[in-house]
Amino acid sequence: MAAILRKELADYFTSIRFIIFFALTFLAAAAGLLAASQRIRSFNIPEGFVFLGLYTTPGTVLPSLATLLTFLIPLIGIALGFDAINSERTGGTLSRILSQPIFRDSVINGKFLAGVVTMTVMIGTTLGLVAGYGLAMIGVPPKPEEIIRLFIFLVLAIAYGAFWLGLAMLFSIVLKRVASSLLISLGVWLFFSIFISLVAPAIANAISPISPGGQEAEAIRNYEIQQMVLRFSPNTLFQEATNALLLPMIVGSLGAVSSAQASFMIANPLSFTQSLVLVWPHLTTLISLSVICFAISYVMFMRQEIRAT
Amino acid sequence: MSEAFAIETHDLTKRYDGTTVVDHLNLHIRENEVFGLLGPNGAGKTTTILMLLGLTEPASGTARVFGFDPVREPLQVKKLVGYLPEKVGFYENLTARENLMFITDLNGMSYKEGRLRANEVLEMVGLKDRADMTVNKFSRGMKQRLGIADVLVKKPKLVFLDEPTSGLDPEGINRLLDLIAKLPKMGTTVVLSSHQLYQVQRVCDSVGILSKGKMVIQGSIQELGRKALAGGRYVIEVQTENPTAQLVDVIRGIKGVSSVEIQDNNLLITTEADLRAEISKAIVQNNFMLIQMKIQEFSLDDIYMKYFKEN
Repeated sequence: MAAILRKELADYFTSIRFIIFFALTFLAAAAGLLAASQRIRSFNIPEGFVFLGLYTTPGTVLPSLATLLTFLIPLIGIALGFDAINSERTGGTLSRILSQPIFRDSVINGKFLAGVVTMTVMIGTTLGLVAGYGLAMIGVPPKPEEIIRLFIFLVLAIAYGAFWLGLAMLFSIVLKRVASSLLISLGVWLFFSIFISLVAPAIANAISPISPGGQEAEAIRNYEIQQMVLRFSPNTLFQEATNALLLPMIVGSLGAVSSAQASFMIANPLSFTQSLVLVWPHLTTLISLSVICFAISYVMFMRQEIRAT
Repeated sequence: MSEAFAIETHDLTKRYDGTTVVDHLNLHIRENEVFGLLGPNGAGKTTTILMLLGLTEPASGTARVFGFDPVREPLQVKKLVGYLPEKVGFYENLTARENLMFITDLNGMSYKEGRLRANEVLEMVGLKDRADMTVNKFSRGMKQRLGIADVLVKKPKLVFLDEPTSGLDPEGINRLLDLIAKLPKMGTTVVLSSHQLYQVQRVCDSVGILSKGKMVIQGSIQELGRKALAGGRYVIEVQTENPTAQLVDVIRGIKGVSSVEIQDNNLLITTEADLRAEISKAIVQNNFMLIQMKIQEFSLDDIYMKYFKEN
């Protein structure tokens, strides 16, 4: 498997696709940093966790780095995985590799692992660069707790990316043509990142409509159903967990809080362990989702017939 | 040629969606020979090769490749066996040498060893000066030659070549056939699957003809030709100055001669065995002039056509 991992990594790091996405991630980091610097300097300094503010503070126009990553990471995962197997099949290289003395699963393991390593490098360097430049810009060193929170965020981002990588690889095994696996992966991404937020209110209204009189309990129930539908999307899971990890000042809970209640909330940051408790289900769900995707890919690949032509 | 078998199959069978592609195939291929696997499209040649490599599981029957079972010990088999698919593909963005060194890496060779071996096989197929060119700049014929290098780079004891000469120019075909003919001496058994009967005849020690998943006939080309076309007999053509009835009588008198025909100045002698020595001796001793004598050779074309006319 080491041989395949080596080759795939070499392939990824020299491909144009990788360079484009690396550039895009750097651009996102620069944009996020710019956005944060505008706000942090002008007025809205998030108390307590200034350093984390670098990653989460949106500018007047530019979104925050965390928001940008929510969009970018799935695309990176898809870009790394959508042609993993079917391009080898159409190129005629799959039967050549499989007639070498290696286990069949080491092909798919090596590819998946290489993708995860590549994403780790991309996201890790981005977070590191923002930390470095941010430190020079705002001059506030991170607290140890902030570093731990950022590290957990990195793990979360990799799990999120691994899910999309696994999904794209699954499509590349099932579908024979590279174009179809790319289109379907992008379709799923589009659904989970945009359409589900349109569908969720409709479903909530159908299940639990808010009567014209408008009782508060009805509204809360409606909102909670919306949240539940949204949480089927890995994007929502990632977003919620990111907020809980990086915005401990603002996010006290992930449930519904009415504006009346919110006005009584004390500006009291969630402790690290409590944040962790809050995001634990999100993190485990994302990891298990990627494991499920990978497991299905694995089984399908092991059972597929390898015809030379 | 040795007596040990590189490949033995027993009632090997494969079905795809209810149709039997390979039907109770019994195949025996000796070590260090060039074996031609022939048959029309869809006869099951590629499927047989895939089963012998352990890439496809047989429905029933057993196969042994150097004593290993491809189903249960695929890695042992793949260590010893190279396979050149009909539609061979390479990583287009890598150079020829990098493509080969990926294979040596997969075979557990060190970087240094792999580089050495890659250079060696690139020289064998005449691509040494193109070693550092990326494969997307290669012509069809160069890719085919790189395919041969790719199969040989792991030092296999057995190679399966599926239509190795397709896309090559006549000179390339000649060089490739010479290379193939040399392989048994280097300890590599070759199984050649091809439709180019002339090429098969040139390099193969023995052939097997597949039809609808069954082995129709197997043996050396001369043996098959006699069996198929001459009813197991030898036909010897003798040219003399003036064949007379007396000479015909003399030859008829030799033990083992079954018939003699006169065609112009030639005598067509059908015999049970190779009696060239006896016949020439008889002609000369009876004061006839022997101009030339040859034993009739059978072309694979004739054998192949005869079998497919019958079926």
